[in-house]
Amino acid sequence: MTQSDSSNTDNLMTGGRSPLEKTLDNGFKWLTFAFALSIGLILISVAIIIAVGAFPAIKQFNFGFFTNSNWNPVTDEYGVIAVVYGTIVSSLIALIIAIPLGVGAAVFLSEDFIPDQIRTVLVFLVELLAAIPSVVYGLWGIFVLIPITTVFGTWLHGNFGWFPLFSSEPAGPGMLPAGIVLSIMVLPIIIAISRDSLASLPPDLRQASLGLGATRWETIFRVLIPAAISGIMGGVMLALGRAMGETMAATMIIGNSNRLSISILDPANTIASLIANQFAEASGLQISALMYAGLVLMLLTLIVNILAEYIVNQVKAKYE
Amino acid sequence: MVVSTIGSLKKKSSSPRIILGSVMTGLSGLCMIVTLIPLIAVLFFVLVQGFSRINIDLFTQLPPPPGLDEGGLANAIIGTLVVVGIAVILAVPIGVLAAVYLSEFSHGNKFATSIRFATNVLSGVPSIIAGIFAFGLLVSSGIVGFSAIAGGVSLAVLMLPTIIRTTDEALKIVPQEIRWAALGVGAYNYQTVVQIVLPAALPGIVTGVTLAIARAAGETAPLIFTALFSNFWPNVSAQGLAEPIATLSVLVYNFAILPFKPQQELAWAGSLILVFLVLSTSILARLATRRKLY
Repeated sequence: MTQSDSSNTDNLMTGGRSPLEKTLDNGFKWLTFAFALSIGLILISVAIIIAVGAFPAIKQFNFGFFTNSNWNPVTDEYGVIAVVYGTIVSSLIALIIAIPLGVGAAVFLSEDFIPDQIRTVLVFLVELLAAIPSVVYGLWGIFVLIPITTVFGTWLHGNFGWFPLFSSEPAGPGMLPAGIVLSIMVLPIIIAISRDSLASLPPDLRQASLGLGATRWETIFRVLIPAAISGIMGGVMLALGRAMGETMAATMIIGNSNRLSISILDPANTIASLIANQFAEASGLQISALMYAGLVLMLLTLIVNILAEYIVNQVKAKYE
Repeated sequence: MVVSTIGSLKKKSSSPRIILGSVMTGLSGLCMIVTLIPLIAVLFFVLVQGFSRINIDLFTQLPPPPGLDEGGLANAIIGTLVVVGIAVILAVPIGVLAAVYLSEFSHGNKFATSIRFATNVLSGVPSIIAGIFAFGLLVSSGIVGFSAIAGGVSLAVLMLPTIIRTTDEALKIVPQEIRWAALGVGAYNYQTVVQIVLPAALPGIVTGVTLAIARAAGETAPLIFTALFSNFWPNVSAQGLAEPIATLSVLVYNFAILPFKPQQELAWAGSLILVFLVLSTSILARLATRRKLY
């Protein structure tokens, strides 16, 4: 037994790995770990940087920010109630249009009404709807949609002007066209997630219902949709988060008016479009106030998205 | 007579239940058609309005001053390439390696779950918030000012979730046997990952990165107050990266709301380029993922 013999066995046992290579191997693992960690850090620093930037405005306005409807850079007086209202109402209009259309289309795509190949193409087209940049929807909205909604809005005002929501003459840009464009942009989310949750239902449900003598649509309404409802709700929540945060289409179409108005034919504003519209030219306290508004938007979308995530995961867990 | 009516299994096509079913089938088909109308309308108008403006000048000239005709959007095309390029350089290594950790080394621990959760949350963050983040991090802190770099950072934040998710999925599809085989012949973990697993997952990763690039090129909100805009050629030097720069998406936004016809035409032409980019990458990605390696 010589010294070299035993070291040879050692080499065999460790596969001849030099310390350098071992360090490299561990280093690589740690590198990937560090990058994974950085995702969490980025998310946290997004929140911290916006909160720090908003701090002067938070100190100045505190919760009065949420009761004041004035946004006046001249007098440095800022409040977000009008834009929060605009954000919520434009998103609600979007959902009111998109939910029935989206769920209807999702049912159509999850049943076997048409051959598989055509369905694949339709699913792809719906994906494309989500891929078109929002600034293009904005441009299209200005030159194509607004003229149409103005005609429609004038008719609404003429015939239903007594109803508060239609109580003003349409001015072109406004809440209604913005809501319509937002609905187009959130439709793909609702369709994709509703279709997924309908398609992932166990086939036993359908077979049992058909076996009891129900027709296809009785099965859809009384069995499939109720069983998939939490998934559909999750999709709707994700769509709500998207609609609230959508910026370009809103800012180009909604009219950017900070006046609170009940009529959906009037121009309005959303948090995101307020920021997009004023941030580049803002200075001093206005920047801070815009960051405060951004913080509000981030919290709103965060709550909605986490709820959606939770609901969708619950559904996944149920059927997997 | 009585027996035949009771024993018949035939459903009468005039029964209310059957009619209701047909009506509902028609309605759901109608929902599908109504959903696709905006897609067709947007594509139609962008193509018709934008195509008339497509010529050589568009790709070689600067935008005209207000009121004048002609010109192009060459500086915005270059600017988009530069800003998206910066975003890619930042986001791809971080995203891919983070996904490598999640799929290869984490063994599904709690930390990985929370990072996946953070990725999902990050993908729900409105794009304008990414802009404020880059502004607060780089511009208001005085590190670089309004610049291509600030714009690139904000786009990188938006690209990360897509890259991580698609890479994560692509790595998951690589069969476990390949990893065992590599480790079995004595490869290190990093050799297994870098030389075996990543190449096997490459088509999926490239697809994800391409989609993320196409999306980022169309993003406008975060660029308005980070990269700003410029009517001139970008400065060809390292210094140029720290100066405001024109991008296609911001050009479309700025010119759409101007009252001048030539500018509006350029906005449509810019939209056509963006839509073409997004559509072609989506279709290519679809074709690429159809051919599965395993």
